[in-house]
Amino acid sequence: MRKLWRSGEPFIWLTGGALATALIMVGGLLAIIVVNAGGFFWPSEVVRLSLKDGKVLTGPIVEREPIPGRADVWRLKVKVANRDLYGADFVWVDESAIARRERPADAAVIERTEWGLLIGTITALKEGGAVVASGPAAWGEIARRLPAAASLRDEIRTIEKRDIGGINHEQEKIRLRLRGLEARGVTGGAEIDGLRAQLAGLQERYKAQEARLAELRGKQTATMVVLADGGKEKELPLAQVVDVSFPNTMSVPAKLGAYAADVWHFVSEDPRESNTEGGVFPAIFGTIMMVMLMSVIVTPLGVLAAFYLREYARQGTFVSVVRIAVNNLAGVPSIVFGVFGVGFFIYAVGGTIDRLFFSEALPTPTYGTGGILWASLTLALLTIPVVIVATEEGLAAIPRGMREASLALGATKLETTLKVVLPAVMPSILTGLILAMARAAGEVAPLMITGVVKLAPALPVDGFWPFVHFDRKFMHLGFHIYDVGFQSPNVDAARPMVFATTLLLLAIVVLLNLFAIATRNRLRRKYATSAV
Amino acid sequence: MPVTLNPNASAASIMETPMVEIERLSLWYGAKQALKDVGMSVPKHRVTAYIGPSGCGKSTLLRCLNRMNDLVDGVRIEGAIRIGGTDISDPALDVTELRKRVGMVFQKSNPFPKSILENVAYGPRILGVRNRTDLDGIVERSLRAAALWEEVSDRLHESALGLSGGQQQRLCIARAIAVEPDVLLMDEPCSALDPIATAKIEELMLELKNSYTIVIVTHNMQQAARVSDYTGFMLLGELVEFGVTRQLFTNPRDRRTEDYITGRFG
Repeated sequence: MRKLWRSGEPFIWLTGGALATALIMVGGLLAIIVVNAGGFFWPSEVVRLSLKDGKVLTGPIVEREPIPGRADVWRLKVKVANRDLYGADFVWVDESAIARRERPADAAVIERTEWGLLIGTITALKEGGAVVASGPAAWGEIARRLPAAASLRDEIRTIEKRDIGGINHEQEKIRLRLRGLEARGVTGGAEIDGLRAQLAGLQERYKAQEARLAELRGKQTATMVVLADGGKEKELPLAQVVDVSFPNTMSVPAKLGAYAADVWHFVSEDPRESNTEGGVFPAIFGTIMMVMLMSVIVTPLGVLAAFYLREYARQGTFVSVVRIAVNNLAGVPSIVFGVFGVGFFIYAVGGTIDRLFFSEALPTPTYGTGGILWASLTLALLTIPVVIVATEEGLAAIPRGMREASLALGATKLETTLKVVLPAVMPSILTGLILAMARAAGEVAPLMITGVVKLAPALPVDGFWPFVHFDRKFMHLGFHIYDVGFQSPNVDAARPMVFATTLLLLAIVVLLNLFAIATRNRLRRKYATSAV
Repeated sequence: MPVTLNPNASAASIMETPMVEIERLSLWYGAKQALKDVGMSVPKHRVTAYIGPSGCGKSTLLRCLNRMNDLVDGVRIEGAIRIGGTDISDPALDVTELRKRVGMVFQKSNPFPKSILENVAYGPRILGVRNRTDLDGIVERSLRAAALWEEVSDRLHESALGLSGGQQQRLCIARAIAVEPDVLLMDEPCSALDPIATAKIEELMLELKNSYTIVIVTHNMQQAARVSDYTGFMLLGELVEFGVTRQLFTNPRDRRTEDYITGRFG
């Protein structure tokens, strides 16, 4: 036994086993996420189940499990959708109660802007109440009209968001200037009259846009009639139809096409129906912008602090204490940083900014409430130990001879630091930044109280001056996962979306890291230094 | 260039122009005295070697000449050092100006993690040379002077860390002479090199002494005998003997010097 241990074999197995265990756990987690997320976009077959008691259920089967406490009896979970007709998206059915299973070719899965999926048979197309086409001919006519309906919907959205949004933006600015003037005691005069005239002009423009909207909405008269299970009919305006598919008749290439389109919609569109439908684009945008902003803040701050600690401060007890404190900062629960962010950044700093520069908007806070800037600052604070420690280690690894060589050439300490030490320590700084970004992208708790919201009305970057709005609240993939998974009114329907969002978040973290790693490797090649 | 000196002359009576004059120099690291009352003068355009066992203070003495000891905490220095007539121990003296006049090559080659060209151009840039053509000229001249130009002229933009140990050390010499110092200090420049690279550097030193005053610290007595015109033997912080190299090696005046060079200790 002793001999065996001394041979080293068991220790190799022990180390290998530890690595294997870690890999299996991480791999298993990834596999669960990938499998669940990947299946979300696949157009699954629609099955029509006729039960022995005469009821009919149509929809994809999403789960099959044994009934608890009874051996060999299984039940199915069917996504019948049609929440507006039945009240619930999912129905459990005992397999023993099923009389017949069919795969009807005419079963349509309709994605709409409200109420989730609609599953049924398309029976007619109506225009202003009058039937235009019915039976099998109806679908042909609907398919012809859908693109026009979609572009009409987009046009209305553009007017609402961009044109009317722009008018609102300007009105708000003028209103604030008026309030500012009033606060200073100006109640009349040319300036106020001018502003009032501008307001009136804007009101005119608003009315014109309203009229245009009304006209466009007036065109949305076409509806389709869908016959659902139990003989219920639903009249659905074409304006609400996002997509219609017949999964039972789709070929594999067609399904792949639909899959790709669904993935694209997921990453490029705004969420609908309290985040349980639609895409996650605002959350992707918010996550990336927040991480970038955090990087821009944390890198200079952390690097400068590390330079002082290692290059300038006299090494002694005090510096050691500071170093220990910085290292321990990394172990403070992130929610504590969040609370600090609220107390210091939002209330103290933001509140002061509001009093000084945005007093006309008070009591509505501008910077004195959660926003992307404060969230980024809070995360920068959270990740600064990582950057400091990595930079300090890099500085310690730079040979003394390199600094001496520069000093011996008559360079000052500053010149040495900037021209020799900084380039040599760059790879270490990037290592720290990689770790910081990975940490920040996955952090949720401090964000929840410093500026992340369930649904942000606008992106932090848009077409209105000053284009980047650091005071805006934003959406974040990590919070989105929590919100959709645990705060959603329809958890079952939203569950695949949780996995898809998780996969996306992981992909973004990996992408950000790959970018930083590529930069670091390029720098390393350039300087070919052994110091990591 | 062979040096013709009277082998019987004592150090003090040699008719040379002194470049560096050291007077009653003592140095303490904290409470420990590392140099004791050292006095000597280094003649211009000659190679002067310091030999002695490890810890005898020869590197410390060398580093006094460009005030690199300033970087060490708790150093205290007494006495005077004049280089070209200027007292360099004056606290008001700008050490960067001094170091531009007194170049240094270290024991371990320490090129910057930059290209070969940038390594040599580093000093001139610090001095404020911005013109590309001027810089290229300085780089070529320095690399030629360091006998490295033929080997690296086609890869000036590659990393200096890709060079061999001997090439790196010659690059460090080129970097040091790019700012055209008066004095070149060499702290055991060959201790990490193989015999062939060492021979090249020694050859180079004989070449360079036409333009620079060289002070070298070495462990290797043969090296001191081969390259230097004057040698100082140090022991426990004292300069035991200083004189013309040939005389010191063939006819040492001090018993301790004789013991050391004949290998009886050290």
